Amino acid sequence: MMKDKLVTQQRMRTQAGRAEDGLGPNTDIGNRLRALYGAVQEEGVPDQLLDLLEKLDSAEQAQKAKNAPRDGE
Amino acid sequence: MTAEPTSFKREMLATLPSLRAFAVSLTGKHDKADDLVQDTVMKAWAKQTSFEMGTNIKAWLFTILRNEFYSQMRKRGREVQDSDGAFTERLSVHPAQYGSMDMQDFKKALSQLPDDQREAVILIGASGFSYEEAAAICDCAVGTMKSRVSRARTRLQDILKITGEADYGPDAVSAQVTTSNHSF
Repeated sequence: MMKDKLVTQQRMRTQAGRAEDGLGPNTDIGNRLRALYGAVQEEGVPDQLLDLLEKLDSAEQAQKAKNAPRDGE
Repeated sequence: MTAEPTSFKREMLATLPSLRAFAVSLTGKHDKADDLVQDTVMKAWAKQTSFEMGTNIKAWLFTILRNEFYSQMRKRGREVQDSDGAFTERLSVHPAQYGSMDMQDFKKALSQLPDDQREAVILIGASGFSYEEAAAICDCAVGTMKSRVSRARTRLQDILKITGEADYGPDAVSAQVTTSNHSF
């Protein structure tokens, strides 16, 4: 119960902090920031980055397979 | 045996669009931002054992990217940013709910902020971090983060001459000059 109260208080404080900082959902500056940021996010991730992640991952999988004990004893 | 994507990779993929947007806001250029994200991905991959699954991977990646950015800046010396600064012209192509003239003004205003204030207002206002997370990413106190955000917002309002928002007054203006006088 104490804990619940604490959590509620914290939540209220966080919400109050958000409301005061002028960047919430109904603020001009907040909305503009999110519009700019969102526009970059929506561009998607360039292929070279996706390729890089693929390569890193497959290199790791290959390494793991090499180190792992062989299947079927 | 088909390798199922590791959850580390999956979580990293999910964070990349936001991480990249933050990189653009730091570097001011898409090509540099992509290089920075690439360096970050490699660094993060190499250090993945130091990451605890189930904790905040987004904040972890943002921290690595930000450290990488500032360490590269120190090595290279600060390069001249393009005139529009933080977000480049490519962004204005996207409509959003504002006219592109409006957005140009806003980008210009954003680029006039000191670096620490710009990153603060972006992390809190756009990336969706809490003050605690943003403070950890920028390696500063929560109070410092709050005051940076407050000063950034006041200054943006000032530059854009936006009126009618709460607690905007003479105190907020003086807060830009003295750090001891935060508006919250």
